[in-house]
Amino acid sequence: MTAITHQPLGRKVVTKPFLVLGLFVLIAAYFILRRFLFGMGDVSNMSNGYPIGTWVVLDVVIGTAFGCGGFAIALLVYIFNRNVYHPLMRPALLGGVFGYTLGGLAVMIDLGRYWNAFNLLLPWYGQPNSVIFEVALCVMAYITVLWLEFWPVFLERMPPAFKQRFGLDKLQAFLKRYMYVLVAVGVLLPTMHQSSLGSVLLIMGSKLSPLWYTTWLPLLYLTSALAMGYGVVMLEATLVNRAFKTPSEVALFAKLSRVAAGLLIGYLALRWGDLVDRGYLELAFAGDWDGNLFLTETALFLVPIIVLLSRRRASQRWQFVGAVCLLAAGSLYRLDSYLMAVRPGNGWTYFPSAPELMITIGIVCLEIMLYLLFIKTLPVLSGNVAESRGRPS
Amino acid sequence: MDHLSDVDLESYEIQNPDGYEGGLGGLTRRQFLKYCTAVAATLGLSALMGIRIAEAATATTRPPVIWLSAQECTGCTESLLRAYHPTLEALILDMISLDYHEALCSGAGHQAEAYKAKSMKDNWGKFVLVVDGSIPTKDDGIYCMVAGKTILEAVKEAAEGAAAIIGIGSCASWGGIPSSNPNPTHAKPVHEVLPGKTVINIPGCPPNPYNFLSTILYLLTFGKPPALDGKNRPKFAYGRLIHENCERRPHFDAGRFALEFGDYGHRQGFCLYKIGCKGPETHANCPAIGFGDVGQGNWPVGIGHPCFGCTEQGVGFTKPIHALAEVQTYAPPTAFPAVNAPKGERVSPAAAAVVAGVAGLAVGAGAMALRHMDGGSDSSADRHDNDR
Repeated sequence: MTAITHQPLGRKVVTKPFLVLGLFVLIAAYFILRRFLFGMGDVSNMSNGYPIGTWVVLDVVIGTAFGCGGFAIALLVYIFNRNVYHPLMRPALLGGVFGYTLGGLAVMIDLGRYWNAFNLLLPWYGQPNSVIFEVALCVMAYITVLWLEFWPVFLERMPPAFKQRFGLDKLQAFLKRYMYVLVAVGVLLPTMHQSSLGSVLLIMGSKLSPLWYTTWLPLLYLTSALAMGYGVVMLEATLVNRAFKTPSEVALFAKLSRVAAGLLIGYLALRWGDLVDRGYLELAFAGDWDGNLFLTETALFLVPIIVLLSRRRASQRWQFVGAVCLLAAGSLYRLDSYLMAVRPGNGWTYFPSAPELMITIGIVCLEIMLYLLFIKTLPVLSGNVAESRGRPS
Repeated sequence: MDHLSDVDLESYEIQNPDGYEGGLGGLTRRQFLKYCTAVAATLGLSALMGIRIAEAATATTRPPVIWLSAQECTGCTESLLRAYHPTLEALILDMISLDYHEALCSGAGHQAEAYKAKSMKDNWGKFVLVVDGSIPTKDDGIYCMVAGKTILEAVKEAAEGAAAIIGIGSCASWGGIPSSNPNPTHAKPVHEVLPGKTVINIPGCPPNPYNFLSTILYLLTFGKPPALDGKNRPKFAYGRLIHENCERRPHFDAGRFALEFGDYGHRQGFCLYKIGCKGPETHANCPAIGFGDVGQGNWPVGIGHPCFGCTEQGVGFTKPIHALAEVQTYAPPTAFPAVNAPKGERVSPAAAAVVAGVAGLAVGAGAMALRHMDGGSDSSADRHDNDR
């Protein structure tokens, strides 16, 4: 097992796409400012019937599932000791860092009384029976762990003289020595809160159609989050490979896809088995909004299973299709169970307002911008990027 | 369950009124134990306490009770007469020995007064004194006299030998109607004319009979008063604001109010705060146990009338019935959300455009990315096509 070297891409940072993304971030910043000056009602369509809107569902529930790449790869590399996947670790981790950090930012925008948020950290206000309390603490802890896990990347980039002067080389050695603790915590925490994001829905009761409402929600959320973690790693690597002509990792993904497909089969088997067990199968074929959403989800989940188990998994194009469908399926599952299949009753309706959506879009754009910035300036991507360098894009 | 009314009273023979069978007062043993357990539950005690209550209630020597009526309307007694678990007769014939009560005693005149004097003498230091009505103190209390004696005197005299003193009703507890301005008789509550004595107050106009019965049974069982609040009211009954357990409370929190009698909100059963309900500043268990044994929801607020605060000194008979209560939990905001608040927004053209734009962008970008990927033939080499 050879040591893996990481190198910054070293391309120009400010490119045309970067500026376009920046424009969306500025639009979002304008609406975020309005939200803090004039309140939530000024920019958002959330109501007492739908207190959970796109900010939480898209940026937190789906955003952190997209950020599960680090969790999923760490599980493979460190827990199941599959070192072949190690080159995927850092980019996956970086995706996790931004997925979670910006999810946390979205929560701060979404909290009506955000200035009370620090009370979460005061033990005497803690309510240990609350699922959402667990999610909040867990996500905060995981953001910290992710940044600590990522910290060696910054340290590697610093000039040795600078590190020596401030004693950072000792910190680097310390982090390297005790990284396994961080890795262990970094696998534990997402297991806790990704399943809890499903447990949150358990209080929905009859507001949520039986197609989604089941006591298995926590496990369904956990397995789909893990599968999405592998999906997002494939998607990121494929896009980076296409955009920057880095060495292809298609062969590696062909192996990884079996893991993802296995998870998805388990997920679908549990979901349908549970549906039959509870006797709600006919709801899936009722032909109404809920039933069709459910069937669409299943179809989207089936595409990656078929692609990733067939011989097509060796093709980059099909890997891409599979990863996109996997992520779309996981996202739709979350969107349905948190918003689209939720009926609070009493005539409540919800559709996000344009400013509300622009904030979500801006946060996603900021995520992509920071990702690009980091892989270009910091040693994130592994291997022989230098070989393919030389032709600035 | 068999009710007392099913018993043919003509042929019903009470064996030995002071024995065990007689002590049950026509109830079966099972019915009686059920009743005692229910009382234990009302008091917030464990079900085992029901047994102790049953033992106390069927003890062969029934504790004597002297009931004095001062400036009162007999409403407290009337409400007691309408208690059905147990009925008042089951209480006064079988559990306690009601030796003197002006409205209920069968004797009259000198006979009744003599029996009262005898009972007090025989049971000095052991009897329970119950007073309803407020005590006039102006002109040495001449505005309320029984048998040539002012009630002030009678109460003071009886209190000396009482094991426990209960002031039943708002008048006895804090003065009630007779003490309202201009208070022509200088009416005072019982505890004010008996300084140094513990008077258990059961306020209410009338008080819920079960608060009184439960207190009596507690006294019989444990020989001491139940836990009392700062105004000597039993905490099990007066520990919480009506507002806290009111079935209309969700309407208060949501800002849905009746604004006048018979309006839309009133017919819908909205909160009565704005038409003067004193629930937010009145301590009592009315919403929890209701009145009249006809089921849940049967109490003033339940049937659409604002609470007027009879159990609370300074509220009942003092504040105008339709004046706003001072909310003690937290004050409502000055502006409430409208009753017909919009229930969320539908999709706006701008939002639809944003969603469509994102979807289009995703599909377009995905398709572009796919177009430049090599399909299946090549998985390791890195093709250098000039895409952007």
